[in-house]
Amino acid sequence: MKREVPLKVTIALIPLAIALCAFGIYRGEVAIVLAKAINICMECIGLG
Amino acid sequence: MDKNEQKAKAKKAAGLRKAVQAGWGILSNAYIKGFLPGDPVIYQGKLKQVCVPGMNCYSCPGALGSCPIGSMQAIFDNRNRGIGAYVVGYLAVIGLFVGRFICAWLCLFGLIQELLYKIPTPKLTVPEKIDKPLRYLKYVMLFVMVFLLPFFYRSKYGVGEPFFCKYICPVGTLEGGIPLVLLNSMMRGALGWLFRWKFLLLLLCIAASIFIYRPFCKYICPLGAFYGLFQKVSLIRMRVDKEKCVDCGVCAKTCKMNVDPHKTPNSNECIRCRECIHACPMHALSMNIGPGPVQLPEQEVRPAEEA
Repeated sequence: MKREVPLKVTIALIPLAIALCAFGIYRGEVAIVLAKAINICMECIGLG
Repeated sequence: MDKNEQKAKAKKAAGLRKAVQAGWGILSNAYIKGFLPGDPVIYQGKLKQVCVPGMNCYSCPGALGSCPIGSMQAIFDNRNRGIGAYVVGYLAVIGLFVGRFICAWLCLFGLIQELLYKIPTPKLTVPEKIDKPLRYLKYVMLFVMVFLLPFFYRSKYGVGEPFFCKYICPVGTLEGGIPLVLLNSMMRGALGWLFRWKFLLLLLCIAASIFIYRPFCKYICPLGAFYGLFQKVSLIRMRVDKEKCVDCGVCAKTCKMNVDPHKTPNSNECIRCRECIHACPMHALSMNIGPGPVQLPEQEVRPAEEA
């Protein structure tokens, strides 16, 4: 079996992922998600 | 523990998982007003700023959260403002904690496929030479249909498209399209080739799910592909106790995702349903935080013993 990835790699990656998410929030991407999600997505349901 | 006792315990665990899946499905689609006949209404509150962790169309009349794959494409569509950091980061956090655990426990579409597979018919095993290359299709879906095309393609009017949602996703057709079309006569009048195409894909998916375990998850789902990338680094991992394992192969026979847990316990294909853990007669499989229990080196133990 291949050597497993040490836990410290995971623990180091978690703050990076949180920072990436926070960067997206800072850039206003949450508003894009909300704007898309509160209207019926015609493409998604096969009408658009 | 005898065989019958172990079987009963496995059945109980499977029941619990189904209950969690169903409970989550109901909870995340609890906007009752959306299911009432009349003008199409979907939930428009602030909860939709947050994505649910599994596949769940945000145009489902009951949806309280956003679909992560749809949201990712919506951000890429809007490339002047978005680079996808919010959703990619959010999904990476989930992936780093639990990997594909979400697929087995918190995905409504996964549950629907599992229930269809329960229909008593002869089941199909896809030959390995077809199955193996097909598994890569979900990565093509993720990188081409979710990342690249929505990011780079623009129509002559300068508009991007959510390619995966528009041309492939059967979840949107089932959870969003069909209920909305059934509830609203206005929408029924707007049906065209795209709906027929997506409806055909949905029928294929439903038919395949009766004979093959979770075909959408195995071959198509870009979200499963994304979480799968974190299986080997996630905080929660599967572990094989090599001292207990007798290579009997029961775990591989139990696994409906066609993983061999005692060889590749953290395979990208494993959805962490834990069925192999309950099936193992030697109790050699477990789910741990990290690679497994930390063992102190001998020289670090000695002083404590001497003391």
